[in-house]
Amino acid sequence: MEYFIQFSKAFFIFNLVMGFMYILTWLERKQSALMQDRIGANRADILGFRLLGLFHPLADAIKLFTKEDFIPPGGNRLLHTLAPFVAMFFALISFAVIPFGGIYSLGGYSVSLQVLDLNVGLLFVFATMSMGIYGFVLAGWSSNNNYALLGSVRAASQMISYEITMGATIIGVLMIYETLNLQEMVLAQGETLWGWIPKWGIFLQPLGFILFATAAMAETKRVPFDIPEGESEIIGYFVEYSGMKFGMFLATDFIETVLAAALITTLFLGGWQVPFLGSDGFFFSGELWVALSSVTVMFLQVSAFLLKVSVLCVFMMLVRWTLPRFRWDHLMRLGWTIMLPLSILNILITALILLWIR
Amino acid sequence: MFLNVGPAHPATHGVIQIRTELDGEIVRKADVEIGYLHRAFEKHCEEATYTQCFPYSDRLNYVSPLISNFGFAAAVETLMDLQVPERCNYIRVILSEISRLTDHLTCIGASAMELGAFSVFLYMVKAREWLYELIESVTGARLTISYGRVGGVKADLPEGFEKECRAALKKTREVLKEVDELLTGNRIFYDRMRGVGVISARDAIAYGITGPFLRSTGEAYDVRKAFPYFVYDRFEFDVPVGEHGDNYSRYLVRMEEMQQSIRIIEQALDSLPEGPTNVDPEGEIIEPDLMSDLGKYGKTSGLLKNEVLIQPTLQGSEKRYHDRIAAPTKEAWLPPKEQVYSNIEALMNHFKIIMLGHGLRPPPGEVYFPVEGANGELGFYIVSDGTDRPWRVRCHPPCFPIMAALGSILEGDQMADIVPTFGSVNMIAGELDR
Repeated sequence: MEYFIQFSKAFFIFNLVMGFMYILTWLERKQSALMQDRIGANRADILGFRLLGLFHPLADAIKLFTKEDFIPPGGNRLLHTLAPFVAMFFALISFAVIPFGGIYSLGGYSVSLQVLDLNVGLLFVFATMSMGIYGFVLAGWSSNNNYALLGSVRAASQMISYEITMGATIIGVLMIYETLNLQEMVLAQGETLWGWIPKWGIFLQPLGFILFATAAMAETKRVPFDIPEGESEIIGYFVEYSGMKFGMFLATDFIETVLAAALITTLFLGGWQVPFLGSDGFFFSGELWVALSSVTVMFLQVSAFLLKVSVLCVFMMLVRWTLPRFRWDHLMRLGWTIMLPLSILNILITALILLWIR
Repeated sequence: MFLNVGPAHPATHGVIQIRTELDGEIVRKADVEIGYLHRAFEKHCEEATYTQCFPYSDRLNYVSPLISNFGFAAAVETLMDLQVPERCNYIRVILSEISRLTDHLTCIGASAMELGAFSVFLYMVKAREWLYELIESVTGARLTISYGRVGGVKADLPEGFEKECRAALKKTREVLKEVDELLTGNRIFYDRMRGVGVISARDAIAYGITGPFLRSTGEAYDVRKAFPYFVYDRFEFDVPVGEHGDNYSRYLVRMEEMQQSIRIIEQALDSLPEGPTNVDPEGEIIEPDLMSDLGKYGKTSGLLKNEVLIQPTLQGSEKRYHDRIAAPTKEAWLPPKEQVYSNIEALMNHFKIIMLGHGLRPPPGEVYFPVEGANGELGFYIVSDGTDRPWRVRCHPPCFPIMAALGSILEGDQMADIVPTFGSVNMIAGELDR
């Protein structure tokens, strides 16, 4: 039974992420179309049903799988094939420690809706994200193409720079919640401040939230941070890829978008927490409360998590279709001379306030 | 590192190659290779009659083909010493400015898209579409318009054009305002464009650069002001100039020029003359009071009242539109269709112009006629030896000197700057390679 529960959770989160990726490819088309006064993709149909173009990602997948898998002459066969797998694997594995629901007792078992209850959860996420860079660097290196090489060098420098900012930003969060376990962190965000403000990261660390969100968006390598790709400049580290291996890089970008949204949700937006919803129902001040069954609460909380992630994904798309692209040195300047000092300042202020309170 | 930007590169439209030597991200050396779209425009023109050159001139600048059409027509007219009617000149001004709008919209939209702001591109293209629809309603085509003629234009403006044009301009203004809000103050856009692709006024003049590229350096040279042609001297408009000669100045100059173009079109629409419609059989204009006097005496038989509609046609080959848009000369302009079908003189006149070996015959001589194209001075140098074909046609394309300077402009900038700088040139390969 233990194994069954564990397997179900893993199965659920994997399909959830893949489902998000599927929807995001559709959303990217439809939302950009909406923003640009177009109709957007609507032609793929199954037996005449078009369903708002929802079959387009499916058609994409079929196309990508049936295309020729091309390895450039002079490229490294093994590394060229390995690169997309590395990139995608490390993007997917990070979801193992993200809690998508609370701890519930179901049929005598205490089920924590988190695949891996790791006491260094946050560090694990950062470790996998750093490992993910290898995928992009290998892709550029093994392609035997100057454009791809430029792209991978840009990817490496950008992701490393912004990971430092991200790391510095979350120290403020760590100081407040005093844990690295993401589930415990979310549980801590269920408390309230002065009885009515939920103790979410965004309210305790507003500066940290802005910095983290920006850095996380930079990690997804999408406009305005799509310097490694730069489709009109250097095409990107995946210029020599075709078929599903190219599709995997594309999917990795979407998965990273979901991951960034999930991380922001977990750290700053209270994760699966619904304000005033405890383990047995809504509880407002005084005698005002609504009793709910455990299953209903679980359903509400998982939905809250999904809703928050979806809203953040839509927001990132909004930014993606509005802003132009940074230049490499401007991005570095922003990262090292503005965001890093600000995140250190954030640590300092947090420390001073904590010192003053205790 | 050696990097070959193009011709198979998304930003180079497949028609140009920039061989670069990179030091990290810095461009140390840039070598611009042109000629991928060479179609021998000038040689083709020598083999064609004057009228047959017009379709070739469509393909010069394929974003604003009307300007090159009119430029070529005006050059031949100068050679033949023809005067076109007032209304025709106004039509030429209006359509030239609409073309300038479409060209600048494409340029700024494409530059923004190449910087990643994809939405701006589609907003611009949306506005361009309204203007293309206007052009289509007048000329019958969006791109291969072939609308200019020696001594006039192919057709008169369609009914309701003024209203549609004003509506389209109003909507275009709104789009420009929207784009202005999205880009002009945008920090990322500003950083990408300011101080990049700089050229000094001295260098620009030395290279022979004209148009928005020259004006961005502070030199207010505009053919429309310096050598007014058509009826440009009757309209009030400003020639915007930049300060720094960088990509951002060029962007601002183009944005302001679009406003000025709209201003010119609106003035032209306000004062668009109707042209002579009351004409006697000899083609002489009768004053309205004399006409009514004749009517009182019952001498109405000679007045052309019977207007026969011959379809399908654009409003150019019929008598009632004919006088408004065509020069009153038999050497250059086909007679109206009603007369070709009904009397021998007009039929012979028609054949004299159409038949090979006859046609338009400008007197021997040479002429250079510049017009202000969307990218700068677009000039046609035509040498005639008195036959029906030009002995030599030379086109001065505005892009060519800019592309000559592009290599030295790019040097010292970053790899990522190649694309916006190249975008601000607004290179149109059809015009560049001819």
